[in-house]
Formats: sequence, C-alpha cells, structure tokens
Amino acid sequence: MAAPLEILTAPLPAETDPGDIDAYMAGGGYGAVRKALKSMSQTELIEEINASGIKGRGGAGFSTGMKWNLCADRFPRYLCANADESEPGSFKDRHLLEAKPHQIIEGMIITSYALGINLGYIYIRGEFFQIIDQMEAALEDARKHGFLGADILGTGYDLELYVHPGAGAYICGEETGLIESLEGNRPYPRLKPPFFPAAIGLWGQPTIVNNVETMAQIATIVDMGAEAYKQIGSEDDTTGPRLFGLCGHVKKPGIYEYDSDVTLRELIYDAAGGIRDDNRLKGVIPGGISAPILTPEEIDTPMGFGALGKLGSMGGTGGIIVMDETTSMVDALLNASSFAAHESCGQCTPCREGVPWMNDILRRIRNGQGRDEDLDLLLDICKQIHGHTVCVFGQAPGVWPVRTILVKYWPEFRACIERKELVVPPLEESYLRPDQYEHIPPVPGNFRLKTEEADAAG
Amino acid sequence: MNSRTVTLTIDGRSLTAPAGATIWEAARSAGIDIPTLCHDPKLEPVAVCRVCVVDVENARTLPAACIRKVEEGMAVRTDTDRVRRARRTLVELLEAGQPPGDDRRKAADQDELARLGVQLRSDPSRYVAACSNPPMPPDLSSPVIAVDLNACILCDRCIRACDDVQVNDVIGRTGKGSETRIAFDNGLPLGESSCVSCGECVATCPTGALTDKRLVDSAANGPDAVPNGSGTRRVDSICPYCGVGCGISYHVRNGRIEGVTGRDDTHTEGRLCVKGRYGYDYTHHPQRLTKPLVRREDAYPKRPLSADFEDYRDFRRSLRSPEWNDRIREVFREAEWDEALDLAARRLLEIKNTLGPGALAGFGSAKVTNEEAYLFQKLIRVVFGTNNVDHCTRLCHASSVAALTEAIGSGAVSNAFQEVLETDVIFVIGSNTEDNHPVAASYMKQAVDRGAKMIVLDPRRPTIADHATRYVRFKPGTDIALLNGLMHVILREGLQDRDFIARRTERFETLEPFLARYTPEMASRITGVPPSVIEDVALEFGRVERAMIFWGMGISQHVNGTDNARALISLCLMTGNIGRRGTGLHPLRGQNNVQGASDVGLIPRYYPGYQSADDPEVRARFEEAWGTALDPDSGLTVVEIMHGALDGSIAGMLMMGENPFLSDPNMNKVRKALQQLSFLVVQDVFLTETAEFADVILPASTAAEKRGTYVNTNRMVQIGRQAIEPPGEARLDGDILIDLANRMIRMEQGESGPRWAYDGPESVWEEIVGLTPIFEGITYAAMERDTVVWPMEEPVLFTGSFPLGRGRFTPVSFAPPDELPDHAYPFVLNTGRVLEHWHTGTMTRRARALDAISPEPFVEMTPGDLARLGVEDGCPVAVSSRRGAITLKAMASSRVADGNVFIPLHFKEAAANILTNDALDPDGKIPEFKFCAVAVKPVPSSD
Repeated sequence: MAAPLEILTAPLPAETDPGDIDAYMAGGGYGAVRKALKSMSQTELIEEINASGIKGRGGAGFSTGMKWNLCADRFPRYLCANADESEPGSFKDRHLLEAKPHQIIEGMIITSYALGINLGYIYIRGEFFQIIDQMEAALEDARKHGFLGADILGTGYDLELYVHPGAGAYICGEETGLIESLEGNRPYPRLKPPFFPAAIGLWGQPTIVNNVETMAQIATIVDMGAEAYKQIGSEDDTTGPRLFGLCGHVKKPGIYEYDSDVTLRELIYDAAGGIRDDNRLKGVIPGGISAPILTPEEIDTPMGFGALGKLGSMGGTGGIIVMDETTSMVDALLNASSFAAHESCGQCTPCREGVPWMNDILRRIRNGQGRDEDLDLLLDICKQIHGHTVCVFGQAPGVWPVRTILVKYWPEFRACIERKELVVPPLEESYLRPDQYEHIPPVPGNFRLKTEEADAAG
Repeated sequence: MNSRTVTLTIDGRSLTAPAGATIWEAARSAGIDIPTLCHDPKLEPVAVCRVCVVDVENARTLPAACIRKVEEGMAVRTDTDRVRRARRTLVELLEAGQPPGDDRRKAADQDELARLGVQLRSDPSRYVAACSNPPMPPDLSSPVIAVDLNACILCDRCIRACDDVQVNDVIGRTGKGSETRIAFDNGLPLGESSCVSCGECVATCPTGALTDKRLVDSAANGPDAVPNGSGTRRVDSICPYCGVGCGISYHVRNGRIEGVTGRDDTHTEGRLCVKGRYGYDYTHHPQRLTKPLVRREDAYPKRPLSADFEDYRDFRRSLRSPEWNDRIREVFREAEWDEALDLAARRLLEIKNTLGPGALAGFGSAKVTNEEAYLFQKLIRVVFGTNNVDHCTRLCHASSVAALTEAIGSGAVSNAFQEVLETDVIFVIGSNTEDNHPVAASYMKQAVDRGAKMIVLDPRRPTIADHATRYVRFKPGTDIALLNGLMHVILREGLQDRDFIARRTERFETLEPFLARYTPEMASRITGVPPSVIEDVALEFGRVERAMIFWGMGISQHVNGTDNARALISLCLMTGNIGRRGTGLHPLRGQNNVQGASDVGLIPRYYPGYQSADDPEVRARFEEAWGTALDPDSGLTVVEIMHGALDGSIAGMLMMGENPFLSDPNMNKVRKALQQLSFLVVQDVFLTETAEFADVILPASTAAEKRGTYVNTNRMVQIGRQAIEPPGEARLDGDILIDLANRMIRMEQGESGPRWAYDGPESVWEEIVGLTPIFEGITYAAMERDTVVWPMEEPVLFTGSFPLGRGRFTPVSFAPPDELPDHAYPFVLNTGRVLEHWHTGTMTRRARALDAISPEPFVEMTPGDLARLGVEDGCPVAVSSRRGAITLKAMASSRVADGNVFIPLHFKEAAANILTNDALDPDGKIPEFKFCAVAVKPVPSSD
C-alpha cells in the first residue's frame, strides 16, 4: 500500500496566500535558487538533473536531462515554461500554478541559470486569467526580492521572466505551436525536422520548452539532491514525486501526490475513495484524454511511464478519468472525438479532414444510424492519419482514443450499430478481455483486434 | 557548397542529388513524379496536404517528400501500397467535401484534385453519407475572382502566392479544425479587402475555390464555353501594358480571348498584375474601329464629340451605348481604305509642298512594336522629310535620358530589376512602383522580406512605402536639395567610393566644393525632412556594398527633371553603385515598348540606336541606307509640336496610337492646337479624344492581333505573338504605314519611285538590326530560344567603362518649381496613375474588370484639408488652376500631405491635364506634370 507524499503538495502555513513570497521563503522557499546560483556551476547543475533521472511531466515522459543536453551551443537561448494545460481530464498544472507559483519560478530561475538563459516566458493558458494575474504578481515579488532582474543575488547573473497569456487553442500547448504563438503567429506546429526546439526554437534560437510541473520538480531536485530524489519511485522507470488528478466517477476527485509505483487501483480505490455509488469500473484513462484507455483487468499496473507504455497506454499528464459501468463508451468516445475535431489546428490535411470525419461517423453511430462498415472505416481513417501529420495532435487526441476505445469496447459499438440505437450493454458484454486484442509497439494506442474481425478490419 | 551530393535510391533506382535537395526534387529530376496538392516549386514548401508522403526505409512514419531532405544511403519508395492508401484516403476525404459540379468549378483537366482522384482511383462515396454541413455561399464580391470556400482544400498555395510571391499579404487562414478557412484581411469579402486583383492566387489554386470570373461575353462561344477549358488555343505573348514586359499566354477560343495567364518560363516567372491578367477584353470591345472614317464636309470647324460628357456616369454609359455611334456618324462617314489612305497621302503632300516638310509632324506610340515604331519614324523622316517625330517618352523619361546620356553616354537601364534580390539597399524615389510596375514591385518587396533594406522617398506616400524599411516624405519639387543633402553627408562621413571616383569618373572636383553648403540643416529647411533623417538615410545608403536606385515620373516630370536625374546619377557614381550585379541606375520605364520605340529612333534627334541625327556622318550613312536626303534640322519634341500647331507652323500630323488630348499638359491649349491643325490623320484602335479632331481615322490593331518585338525596362527584347485577327477591316499598324508610305511616294515620284516592301515583322527587324549596332546579333530565332537583352549577353551594363569613357559629375542647384502655390491657388497638385488604369484609359476603361474596380475620377486630399474646406469624404469638389477647372469626388487619404492634392490622369470627365502646367524642362523638354498650383472649393452635391 503506497503512502501519499507531501513534497510538491507540502501545505503552506495556514491562512497564507500561496502567492505570498515571505511565507514561501519562511518555509525554505528560494533556498534552491540560492544553492544553485551561489554554490553550483552550470555543469554541476546539469549533471544533477541528469542524475535525478527526471522525466518531463508534460505527457510524453521525455528525459528532461536529455532535452537540456540537446540544447544547441548558440546564444541567446530562451526558456518557455508550458502552462497551457488543456488536455481533457488534466488539472495538475492549474493546481500547482495556484498553490506553488514561486516554486515554478524557482525552477525556471535554476533552469535558466543552468543553461545560460537570460530571458524566459511562462505561457499560461488564456482561460486561467486569475492565475495569470497571480503569476504576474509573484514574478513582481520575486523581482523585488532580487531573484529576477539584473545581477541576481550578486552573482552577476541576469534573468527576466514574463507571463504570456495563451491564445485559446489546445494546439498552443504543442511545443512548436507554443513557440509560434509566442512569436505572434497562428500556433501552427512547425515542420519536423528540426525535431527539437532545443536546436531551433523561439526566434530561431535554441529554446527549452518544459512543463511547469517539471519546473517545480527542478527546484525539488536541487533542494533535496538528486540522490534523495531518485529514491522516490523507481530508478528503472520513473523517479520523483508525481501529481495525479483523479476525476470522473470517483467519490473524492482531486489532486493526489504519490510516487510512480502507486497502482491505478490504489489511486482509484484508496486515494479517491472508490467509484461512486460503489458501481463497478468500466474503464479508466490514465493520463489525459490522449492516453489509451485501460479496462478493469488492467488497473493493477504501476503508474510509471514505462509500465503504462508496456500496456500500450502512456503516463501522459497524470489526469485520470474514471468511468463506471453506467457509462456509454460510444458517448465517451464521441465526446473525446468532438474535442479533437474542435481542437485540430487545421494546418495539415489528414488531421483537419480525418478527425472531423471520424467525429461525424461516431455521431451517426451514436444516433443509431451506424452502418456495418463504419467501424472498419474508422480504423482505416485512423491508420491513414497516424504518422502522416505535421505534429502528434492527429494521433494523440485524434487517433489513439478512437482506436483504443473502439478495439477494447468493440462489442458495445457493434451492439449500437446492430440495434440502431445507443445501448449500454451489461459490463461483462461491453468490452474485450486483454487476450482478445493486441498492442503493436512502440506507439501507444496502436491496438488491433485478435479476433476474426481483425482480418475484416485490415 | 552545393557541390556536395548524396547518393540514394528512389524506387530501387540509384541516383545522386545535391545535398539539401528534397526527396520530391530529387525524384522529379530523375523523372519520378510524386503527386502533391500543396507544393509548387515556385513556393516555399509547407507540407500541409501530405499527399506527397513516401516510404523511407527504417522510418517510423511516412515523411512528406516536399520537405524531407535527401540523405546519404536513403532508400525511398514512392509507390508502395502503404503510400498509395495514405494518398487515396486523403484525396477521398478532400473530394468528399467538394461541392457538386457546377459552372464555377474548374474544368476537370484543370482541377488537380479531380485529376489526382482519377489517378488514385479514389472512392469518396465511402464518406459522403456522413457529411451534413450545409454549403457556404460563394463570395462573388470581387469583380474578377470568384471564391467558393466549399471547394477549398487549404493547400495554402494562394496564401503563399499572395504573401510570399506578390507580397500583398491579403490572404491568410482563419478558424481552426474543420472550421479552418482561408480569409481575406480580417475575414472581409474579397471585394472589400485590400486585394489588388493580381490573380496570382487564382493561377495557383488547384481546385475550383478561386476562379476567374468570366470577362468576355460567352454568347459568341456557345453555352458550353468554359474559361481555360478544352478547345482553347494558347498563344504565348507579352503583356501590352507597362514596361515590365511580363510574359503572358492568351487563351483563345473561337477567335476570342477567353483568359490570360502568366508564363512561368519568362523573366517574370508567371507573375501578373490586374491589368495584365484581367485587362484583355478591351480588344473585343464593341467600340473598336473596324472601318476607315473620313470627316464629313459639314463637320467643320472641328470640336470634340465628347465634350459634354461632363458627368462620369454619362461617360461610362457612353462606353457601351449605341448613342455614341450616332454621334460618330454625325461627324464621320465610313470610307474604303483606298479612299482614306489616298486622301491622307494627298493632303499631307499638299502641306509638304506648300509649307515645307517642317510643317508636318508625327506622334508615334510606345505601345506598338519595334518594327512598327521603326516604320513610323522612317515614314516621317524619309517620306514626310522631317525629324518632327516623337512619342510619349517625351512626357515620361526624356529628362532621365538626357541626364544619363550627358553623364555616362547612354540612357539605358543598367541592371535588371530582378537584381534587387542581390542588393543591400533599394533606393526608390519618385516612383509609385506598386501601382505602375506591380510585378517589378513584387520583386522589391520579396527582397525586403529576405533582408534587403528599402528606402522610399516621395512627397506622396506610395503603397510600396508600406513594405519599406524607411519612408521619407519631403516637400514636392525639392528633390535636388534632398539628394544634395544626402551627398553632403556621404562626403562628410567619408563614405564615397574613392577608388571608383578615381578610376571611372571625372569632374568630381566640381561637385565636392559645391556640396559643402548643402548641410543636412540647410537641406532640411528646403525639404522639410529632419536633418537627422537625412543623415540616417545617407549612412544607410552610403555604408552598404551594393545599392540600386529606382526612379519614376516623380523625378522626371519637373521643370528641373534633368537636374533631378543628374543629382541621382552623382549619388550613384559617388558611391560606386554601378557596373556590378545588385547595383545600378534604373529609371523604371512606363510603356510596354517605350524603351524599344526610343531604341528604334522614334525620337527627333536620334536615328535608330541613339545615333545622332545632328551628326553629318551618321546622317550620310542613313541617307544611303534609306535612299534619300534627310532633314538636317533637329526636329521638334511633343510639346513643341503642339506649340507649333497652335502657332500654325505645324499644319499636318499623323498620330499613331497616341492621345495627346488627354496625355499632354494644359489640355485647353492642346484642344486649340488640335483644332488649329489643317489636317490630322489618326491611326488607332478606338475613337480617342484626339481622334475626335481627326480628318481621317484609320482603324488599327491591338497587341493581341499582331506579331512583333518589344523591349522592356530591363532592355529585354521579347516577341509578342498574334492571338486573334483584327476585327472588321482594321489592319495591322505596320501594314498601314507601309501602304501610306508607298502611296505618298507614288504620288510624289510616280511609279518609278522606290517601293517599301517587307515580308512581315522579321524582315523589318533585320533592317533595324542592320542599321543599329546595339541590336547586333539579336534575331527572332534567338528570341524564340531564350531571353535576350541588348546588348547581347550584357544584363549588367558599364562593368568596365561607360560609353563616354568616364562618368561625369554635374553639380545641380536646387530651384523651385515653375508655379508655386499662393493665396489664390494654395494647393500643390500632383498627378499620376492608379493601378487599374493605363494613361488616358483608352484601353483600360474599356476593360470590364478594370472599369468596375476603378470607375471614376477622384482627388486625394488629407482629412485635415477636407475638414478645413468643410467637405465630407466622397463629396464633389471643384479643382481649378490658372488653366482650367474640373469637378470630381474628394477622397480622404493620408498618402498626400496637408496642402497637397493628387489626381489620376486617366479620366477624361475630370481630366487632370486641364489643370497641369505645360512649362518645360530645358534639356528633356518634359512638362511639369508633378507640380502646379490649384485651388479646391466645395461644390454643392446634386444628389
């Protein structure tokens, strides 16, 4: 039985404003900045981050140390903290922004110092207008206390950080879309290669785009030291504390902090108090809508990025969406697909045309007008979008939920089409067992039926 | 750098490609066609359609061939099952969203999506049942371009064509996901946007989303006629409008032009402007002259037919009404060619015999071919026996040519305008480039996008200033003070090119002390430009390795136009910006063949090839070649000939394709002069305002109806080809001139006289080349093969020396314009053109689209001046000068400065040249079109 942690979620003294820099400092806040800037060289800092084994908290679980190491040897370099949290089911960044703005700033200062950056941005989702104001105030306080501006703490190091309000689209959170948006353009993701903004990013310069939770974790690593940090979780999967946001049909939705060895079952039944009305679980999305769904047989998995990847799913944003047996998976998928159709940026054809077409077909199925060939058609469109787009949007929220939910809940979709109406079959008859489908690695969500119908589906 | 190559295999074939090439390019050069919808080699790849995906060995996904660079050892397959299925699905998804076929759709063979669908055997019906979106209504607000967003596949080609090629920045994207659309400005209907109707977007659109509206009445072609559709014949030619000389193709069906497209294989790479692409239908206008006309006995004394069209609506109606033909019939009667030509020959000879050859004169045209211009000047010099032959170059760059000839010995443009892409600073003064040379302007704007600086200096802010890195507004008529001030700073800062000055120039010592007093402060007092700005511009210009100087009528059309050009030339010589690529002096040529007409001798003082008519040796050579004694006198220029008509010393004239009634300054004086002529022959395609004063009118042909050569502003000699037949009995201009010459010779010398006999334009060209060293080696065959400039193979002139040997500095002092504003006439009038119209509007006002976009005259004034007059934007005002008055609509604009007004010259119902001053530049003999004093008064609206 895993124990909850209080590292990122350590409470501030009662009745203090989370933005109150004095309260934050009284609890040891900005100690990591002092330690990094005063006693560590840039090389030492980068080594420390590498040693911690931290994986980025934006969703893909890419090694933060490796990302930093890819930074081209050109200056100026820029830092962008990505706070454009828009993935359905995800709210851990918002929680952190509200509860620990200074820890994020601290991580940004350390990151900037480590990489020789003098200018950084926090790109905050536009709808978080209150957070934007709070962050502006927090930055001003940090500036007044000498943590930002010229000659920080007398070390001769200069840094300015600015808030940039997001432009109101999911794609602004894609790292190159974010950069385009910062430059004042439509947030159209850039063509790859170059694959990493660390080579060519904002204004054509090397740019590090890191999730805000990752930034907060950087402060934690410096604070406790890489050695202590990597004891949390497991070194061969995912180190450090994690924030999990549970939502959906659980009794106590909210943010819970655990290490990555915690299982999905523990999060649902222990942390969040179990399923509403003590219903049975039908499916759970483990890390934001893009993360492929897991069926009741699959929830004993630990929450590490590697462990979830082995199941054909992914760690994602840690936003866990729990669905009970009363849920129509046709409706749920239509909902996910509507989001993707609405948020496709429209730049490239496969995503712009394919995702809305899938949405149209799903809507028809939900309305009882599904055709026998529709499920195969959906799988075919998935195949033709996947890997053919400018960015991963087309596949992550576009294809993966469709392919996974469709394959795993195939009987429910068939029932809908055959009976020409929306039906929620009994739980046992609504989904396939793990031996009835297979995942084709390494891509998440790449599922295929193992039944005879697989051949029909091509 | 590009010498490195990589070896890869495509579809099993091993091939080498330059490092940095894309898979698409490598495949194409190996003859392997990878289909695409969003890619066009003329545009930067964006890889949005994803149709060009290919299978690369060991790659996880299918990369887009249009952007993925080749790599050593890469194994590419372009036609695997996986690739084909990906492409087919994409095409099906796009096709499923296409609107059902109707007459707005492009013909199947023009629609790239439809073609690709056939090729991939797509089955869009797999998706049709799911689609429920109602179609969007078409946007038909533009006079020339129809927009059907239902057919748009968001390939972004129009966006790049508009933003990156023509650099007009009108088209972008709006919305997201399936709601993504192309949009004009901030989502305006196209007709209300800042679109300049160049049609580049239509040309590149792969589907029926952006299509040309039909301009030519299809009734003549049957109900199923489709623009650019099957059954049309393509004829490659040259645009008949400006001196840029864009390559065009006429699309002809059943003897009528159905459309015009740009030619990618010419120096303008397929780019066109609104006139070139949509201004072709004048040639089919019902008012074309199709039969010779002779003035009726009872129609004397002469007076203009159209004088009472004072309201623009009446005038526009007259462009189509049968009533206009009734008016013509009251004054003129139709005649056979024999009668008309014999009458013309007899009367002209009578004048020659009674008053001497000096009483005759001819105005040729910069719109006709080299061959026709040559024949015209030969007719005047040889048969009329006088050098009184000139054309509208006199109203255009005569002063520039005078200054250039004096300073370096040649009036020719030194470098092609495309070299802006290789320069550091583009210096544009007195040129409204976007309106007057739109395609040349597109290259300038592209150069700025790619990092060049552009300094635009003009009293009236031209739209190209919106793309400039610096715009300087100065007081009109103070160019010399400004240029002297710039040169002062360059010398003060030691930025002159001492080596160039020493090796290539002379008389620098006269300039240096002269400039001492033109300090920035002194120049500032005259020009109104802050001293710091003069200094900044001088430094920006003086510090770079390469700068190109462009100028237009803003420099030349002044009483000190020649001095203006002299100052510009000094600026250029002083900084050594000539004789290398990306440098040079470029007086942008106005007419499609103003360079060629001057080259072949359509100017009084020079025989073909700028060989001086004043030089007895040269004269002797031409006398031998042409077999007759030639006039030893210099000959008169355009405005001098008009003055001669007024005082009776000129009695008979031949005018070919020229409309001085509207184009010359001080129109009331021109009217008197034309009335005074005892005999006037006009050869033209329409009954122009000038032809209303004619005794004989000869119906001629348009550019689309003839074959011949034209020389553009870059000195490129290009072939225009015949697309259609002249209407009715109209004849080719060259044939008319030959016929008239032979009749006059026969009347004078009897049957024993020489006969002009030519076998088509080629044989005329051979005669020109034989007499004109600058054209040496240039043949029709060479022009058919490739782009040819004169002198052959010298795109950059003066690399080693100038024709004069050394370039000559001439110091020039600032002098004020001829007529300054005062209490009675407090405003300064500037005249010029608008994008859609050409000079006196003879052609463009009869082009349906151009007339629709720009239908009426206007006077541009600042909102402040309008408010002071108590006049609302769009209300009529009376503008008067010491020479006349006109009434027209006021248009609020901040392009002019307070105290200045601007009127375009095209509109006869409010002709700017009623107001202009006919004071002349002493050297170039060019009138001061760009400056006179006027008064502006409110007029109570009649509505």
